[in-house]
Amino acid sequence: MENLAALTNEALGLVEKAEDLAALDHVRVEYLGKKGQITALLKSLGKLTAEERPAAGAKINEAKQQVQDRINEKKSQLEQASINAKLASETLDVTLPGRQSEMGGLHPVTRTLERIEKIFSAVGYRVEQGPEIEDNYHNFDALNIPAHHPARAMHDTFYIDENHVLRTHTSPVQVRTMESQEPPIYIICPGRVYRCDSDQTHTPMFHQVEGLAIDQNISFADLKGTIVQFLQAFFERDLEVRFRPSFFPFTEPSAEFDIQWESSKTGWLEVGGCGMVHPNVLRASGVDPEKYTGFAFGLGVERLAMLRYGVNDLRLFFENDVKFLKQFR
Amino acid sequence: MKFSESWLREWVNPNINTQQLVDQITMAGLEVDAVESVAGQFTGVVVGEIIAAEQHPDADKLRVCTVAGDGDETKQVVCGAPNARVGIKIPFATVGASLPPGEDGKAFKIKKAKLRGVESFGMLCAQTELQAGEDDSGLWELPLDAPVGVDLNEYLKLNDQCIEVDLTPNRSDCLSIQGIAREVGVLNRCEVCGPAIEPVDAASEVTFPVELQAEDSCPRYVGRVIQGVDVSKPSPLWLQEKLRRGGVRSIDAIVDVTNFVLMELGQPMHAFDLDKLDTQITVRFAKDKEKLVLLNGEEVELDTDVLVIADASGPLAMAGIMGGEPSSVTDATTNIFLEAAFFNPLTIANRARRYGLHTDSSHRFERGVDYNLATRAIERATQLIIDIVGGVPGPVVVAENDSVPAPVQVTLRKARIESGLGFSLADEDVLQILTRLGLEVVSSDDSSWTFAIPSYRFDISIEEDLLEEIARVYGYNNLPVTSMALPMRIDRQTETQTPLGRIRATLVARGYQEAICYSFVDTKIQSIIDPGITPVPLQNPISADMSVMRTSLWAGLINSLKHNLNRQQARAKLFETGLKFVSEDGSLEKLVQTPVIAGLIYGTKQGESWFGKSDKFDFYDIKGDVEAILALTGKLALPESVVFEPAVHSALHPGQTAQILIDGKIVGIVGCLHPQVQHALDLDQPAFVFELNQADIAQALVPEYTALSKHPEVRRDLAVVVDQTVTGLQLEKAVRNSAGDWLTELKIFDVYVGKGIDTQRKSVALGLTFQHPSSNLTDEQINTSVDAVIKYLESELNAVLR
Repeated sequence: MENLAALTNEALGLVEKAEDLAALDHVRVEYLGKKGQITALLKSLGKLTAEERPAAGAKINEAKQQVQDRINEKKSQLEQASINAKLASETLDVTLPGRQSEMGGLHPVTRTLERIEKIFSAVGYRVEQGPEIEDNYHNFDALNIPAHHPARAMHDTFYIDENHVLRTHTSPVQVRTMESQEPPIYIICPGRVYRCDSDQTHTPMFHQVEGLAIDQNISFADLKGTIVQFLQAFFERDLEVRFRPSFFPFTEPSAEFDIQWESSKTGWLEVGGCGMVHPNVLRASGVDPEKYTGFAFGLGVERLAMLRYGVNDLRLFFENDVKFLKQFR
Repeated sequence: MKFSESWLREWVNPNINTQQLVDQITMAGLEVDAVESVAGQFTGVVVGEIIAAEQHPDADKLRVCTVAGDGDETKQVVCGAPNARVGIKIPFATVGASLPPGEDGKAFKIKKAKLRGVESFGMLCAQTELQAGEDDSGLWELPLDAPVGVDLNEYLKLNDQCIEVDLTPNRSDCLSIQGIAREVGVLNRCEVCGPAIEPVDAASEVTFPVELQAEDSCPRYVGRVIQGVDVSKPSPLWLQEKLRRGGVRSIDAIVDVTNFVLMELGQPMHAFDLDKLDTQITVRFAKDKEKLVLLNGEEVELDTDVLVIADASGPLAMAGIMGGEPSSVTDATTNIFLEAAFFNPLTIANRARRYGLHTDSSHRFERGVDYNLATRAIERATQLIIDIVGGVPGPVVVAENDSVPAPVQVTLRKARIESGLGFSLADEDVLQILTRLGLEVVSSDDSSWTFAIPSYRFDISIEEDLLEEIARVYGYNNLPVTSMALPMRIDRQTETQTPLGRIRATLVARGYQEAICYSFVDTKIQSIIDPGITPVPLQNPISADMSVMRTSLWAGLINSLKHNLNRQQARAKLFETGLKFVSEDGSLEKLVQTPVIAGLIYGTKQGESWFGKSDKFDFYDIKGDVEAILALTGKLALPESVVFEPAVHSALHPGQTAQILIDGKIVGIVGCLHPQVQHALDLDQPAFVFELNQADIAQALVPEYTALSKHPEVRRDLAVVVDQTVTGLQLEKAVRNSAGDWLTELKIFDVYVGKGIDTQRKSVALGLTFQHPSSNLTDEQINTSVDAVIKYLESELNAVLR
């Protein structure tokens, strides 16, 4: 009994020194186990008087508890240290690039077309498509461009044979739609068009979106409203739009529209053409011009994409250089 | 159409500056393309006169001139021009003068100088040095009556602009000063007054007979003989300058006058040498294979639909397009025959182009020339010619037939203004606009007017044309802007059609970059890729490498790949959507324009990274991409709906090509480029490609729910050894055929060839998952199924359980 304090100190000292869980357990067995040295003291209680026993027993148990508490404390310290060591060994350089499942991207022209389609379909326009090798009738005649018309010569047409061309605009799709559907018609026709012209500012293929609205009581004011709202929606700002009289055989009155653009020499940039559908065009497609009127407009998709994204060379769109394409994620 | 502002202002002179004028006509539909000064900016240049000229003592090519014009005293100027001689008047840049900047953008200052030891006080100028013309052959010889000492800018009225208008083809009425002036007058509500054109009385009885044989192609032909002209007399400076500022070169006085009248009034004219004409003028269509040497020196063989001006010996001119060389006015001409005619636009259209010609005359006639203008033009030209080169005019002879156009009448309903333009305009405003444009009211009632359209407005024939005129003059930008309400219409959302956007998005998510390639390709690459198909050629391709329509999108993708490989890219994943153009026999009747989607992969699976080297793409990479697209149909998981079958394609590797079928229909193809094709295309590594028919792969099933089983699933794995020729598809089919109703999933999870297996054989590991919808499957049930599978594989595919 007299060495309880010494044993306790000895045990506490060993707990302190224990470097791993095994050493710690050894201390526990050695002092607190069934045959442990402190436990053994309990057996010596028999030598004491009945009066002395409870107090002495309590002291021993107190000492045991003290050692056990320190062991527990030390144990959790050691466990924590071991976790920390493991974690430290697992540390990564989190600044290194991650494992890529790379993303591709849409072509800027597609991206632009999708925005245009979204703007118009949101208000009720449908998207229509048509063939790219088109017959003269749909590309020209039905659009009030007879064979002798100077406008026909101005189209720089690619010819397939005497009756077929690569469509020079997406307007034939409006003809095909009017032939097969009854008004009211609200459509846009996006797609590739072709002109026999190639230089810094012309590519022999480019994209257009044609819009067509045929209904009762459509006026030029409605056309202006549609164009202005579209351009402001597309460019996401209140830009100024102006309309200039122009000429297209398939519309009357006809206009070209410009947007205000700071970097342009005149302060304005042409972005498309439009007009009220010519009665000859309506008649050719079986629509009664006395009952219905309508408007049509054409947008140059590459032009809009160039303005939107600051692209300064039209030809880049068709070289498919991935360094260019990847800029449009 | 190019003209000088000062000339226009002689006709109509509104109180607005150049910029306002330019903006105004642009906004009226006459788009101004360019405005430039008629000469360079210079100061200190006066009219000088060479009083004396002596040879420079030390330089053969230089002369020492004594020049008047700079102050009271004459100045000594050293000059190298070949025409520097006594008596001529020339532009004299005095000491201190500033000449137009050259390419460096800096003005050129004239200082006192010494040339080869002789002092020089100024410089004598050529046209080009003042940027006032293109003649750089020597000094600019001014008229002999030019006042010495007067500032050249003042004398030549060089404070003037060339305005170039890009006219739309409907506005032929504005292809003249007169026409532009008319527009400006309407826009500014101010008076237009051109020069008075009075008939010139005939001073002789001499005429030359004209016969019209071409009906409505030439309903009116006006001619006049002028005898005794002196063509050695030059055009006066004012005439030369007006032409120059309109972009026309001065030739000789007669030609200059006809060009002047064309620019001023818009009437193309021609002058023949009367003495070269035989018997009479006949306006007729060319006879088969008739020939004519044109003014440009070229001989053309005429088609029978080409209208000609002929005499008894043959064609003299292509009517309305270009005169002939033999009958043209020359130095030796003394008697001329002037022509001004009306040719039907339909007769002239396309003819010039066919012969590779485009002249000021054809440009106007094919768009429409005022059919009432010819006589007035003849009078104007006659007066100018006799003023400049003298001569005795005969009477004006007008040949015409019944086909002279009658004035067009167009009715405008008042209500159409509001319904068409979206706003109402007072009657007097409407009339004001239209009558100023030259329209005349021929009748009217409460609800409409009927107008006679002037003979120069070929573009007005229907009511809508009048709406445009009103809107144009009122100002498009002054018209209201309305916000439309579209009729509401809720369309059915076809869930059975996968939108193309979703397919694109799938590829983008798998690392593909979208390309857009030209639809026409090089025949060379085309024949490598699709040797069995005759592509549709373009009649007028822009170049050989864009001469046939693509029969597959691979050509463009391969070109794009190569473009990138040439720019240090080592790998690529590209796709494109668009039409391919295939005809069974190359004819247009059998042509089908099919929307497809195609892709190409090349190089390594991953870009370079610190994880280590990436494997190269193989067939199963691109097949996985194709399967991802096909998964959108909802059919990929259905047994035997989507099938990849070994296939043959001349551009693809015979052992790595599959055609893709959905429910038995071929919808596309996937494979590795044939090594020979790869070699022919100069590619270092194999490229893998696919092409799918958009319409077929867009057809999707609407998902249909099946109840989830609450009972556990059981998996059994089998490894079987089969001949190498046995395909995965065959094994899958066999397992499904024999496994009974509760097989829910089947996976091939290993294929092994090599050590321990017969060289002709392979080991395939199959994972079979069983599940019953409403009960637990017993071991017995499963063993029965698995045994059945093994037996079936043994008997059908000669399989051995491993």
